[in-house]
Amino acid sequence: MDYIFKGFLDAGRLMASFDPDVWFIVWTSLQVSLLATLLASLAGVPLGALIALRRFRGKPILQVILNTMMALPTVVIGLLGYAFLSRRGPLGALELLYTPAGISLGLFVLALPTVVNLTLAAIQGLDPRLIVTCRLLGATPIQQTWKILREGRFAVTAAIVVAFGRVISEVGIAMMLGGNIRGFTRTMTTAIALETAKGEFELGLALGMVLLSVALGVNGMLFLLQRGKT
Amino acid sequence: MKRVLSVCLILAITAFGAAAGNAQERLRMSTTTSTEASGLLSVLLPPFEKANNVKVDVIAVGTGKSLKLGENGDVDVVFVHARPAEDKFVADGYGIDRRDVMYNDYVIVGPKNDPAKIKGAKTAVEAFKRLAEGKADFISRGDDSGTHQKERELWKAAGIKPEGRWYIEAGQGMGPVLQMAFDKKAYALADRGTFIAYEGKLDLVILSEGDKALFNPYGIIAVNPKKHPKVKYDLAKKFIDYVTGPEGQKVIADFKVHGKQLFFPDAKK
Repeated sequence: MDYIFKGFLDAGRLMASFDPDVWFIVWTSLQVSLLATLLASLAGVPLGALIALRRFRGKPILQVILNTMMALPTVVIGLLGYAFLSRRGPLGALELLYTPAGISLGLFVLALPTVVNLTLAAIQGLDPRLIVTCRLLGATPIQQTWKILREGRFAVTAAIVVAFGRVISEVGIAMMLGGNIRGFTRTMTTAIALETAKGEFELGLALGMVLLSVALGVNGMLFLLQRGKT
Repeated sequence: MKRVLSVCLILAITAFGAAAGNAQERLRMSTTTSTEASGLLSVLLPPFEKANNVKVDVIAVGTGKSLKLGENGDVDVVFVHARPAEDKFVADGYGIDRRDVMYNDYVIVGPKNDPAKIKGAKTAVEAFKRLAEGKADFISRGDDSGTHQKERELWKAAGIKPEGRWYIEAGQGMGPVLQMAFDKKAYALADRGTFIAYEGKLDLVILSEGDKALFNPYGIIAVNPKKHPKVKYDLAKKFIDYVTGPEGQKVIADFKVHGKQLFFPDAKK
């Protein structure tokens, strides 16, 4: 019980002390998570819109597959990523294993199905008359898609927020593809896992609080984006 | 809206730049959790890093996985403690230039009241026999680490196949296993280094120690560049020379936790 309270205290102290090690870990976590979320959004939002707006054979099957991909355990992504990025693997020559870029790649794979799926759901939830109206008014397919994404921006931003929440809080991929290297690929979650393994529960808990504060900051920004305010 | 968007973009671009960059030469080493968690590496590496302007990237996992990473060529050098597995690694051609570095020893720890009465057992094997007879809870690493390999060696020597409710395979690192042993009032085999690092945090005591069978030597091995041409063999060799040379050996000898020396250097000249 004692250490829960102490964890809160230590979290405040950690953040206030501006310990360069801690900030580097926070920075690494933000880097890899933001990059992965950005790439997943750039690829996933158009892809989700495309699947939602087109009619084609096998669409229900694709949706079921996408839903299943959302349940992919992070350790499995890490394991697959390791198999691909290891020097013995097909992408070994890229030398991405145990680098921040390698973690980002794994996190991208984690985030993509979430973004695609939730964008898809967001658009399917819109008024079907919207697209008919756009078409009748003579909008090009790109204009149509843009209009629809604007219309559904709340739900689409929510998709990005969920994806970001998933990647910044996961530990399996960061551990397997990053290797938890001090001063290089240690992220907030792998640091928490390490401190817990070392029996430093207070420090682990404090880092957990730091992670939440950072997530709060990023989500605050996304909230502003969602509201469309500057 | 635009301003927030541009802030996001700038953040993402700097993030990408920083992720891609970083030119300093890096040596990659896989090692056991005991060398990292005890704090030894944080004093052993800096002099080498400074003198050669390199950064040693440490991937701290169990001995089994450390050697596996070496086999796949994902690291340049391995620093582990499981002699039979190390010898096999070298014999299979994955490693070269194996050198002794240091040793410490294993201890059998458990609750103070010692329900299986292993205190006073003459040998480690005898202590293990009493554990099985008493069916006292025993936490095994169960992760193919050096410690786990040593534990299986001892069960084998005792002629016991550990099974049953009392034998708990945790599948975790040394720290969590000690934690669990403390919480469940159980026994465990631990390397002395990690145990000393945890002393004071946990109410466990050493119940059996000093037997030759509990000797725990650490070795360092370069990954064979013939198997993996891209590994940094020259740098790995330099690091091995440092760790087994007078400077590295002195750092190891001087390293103390709670006033106790954890590792004893024993590199041969």
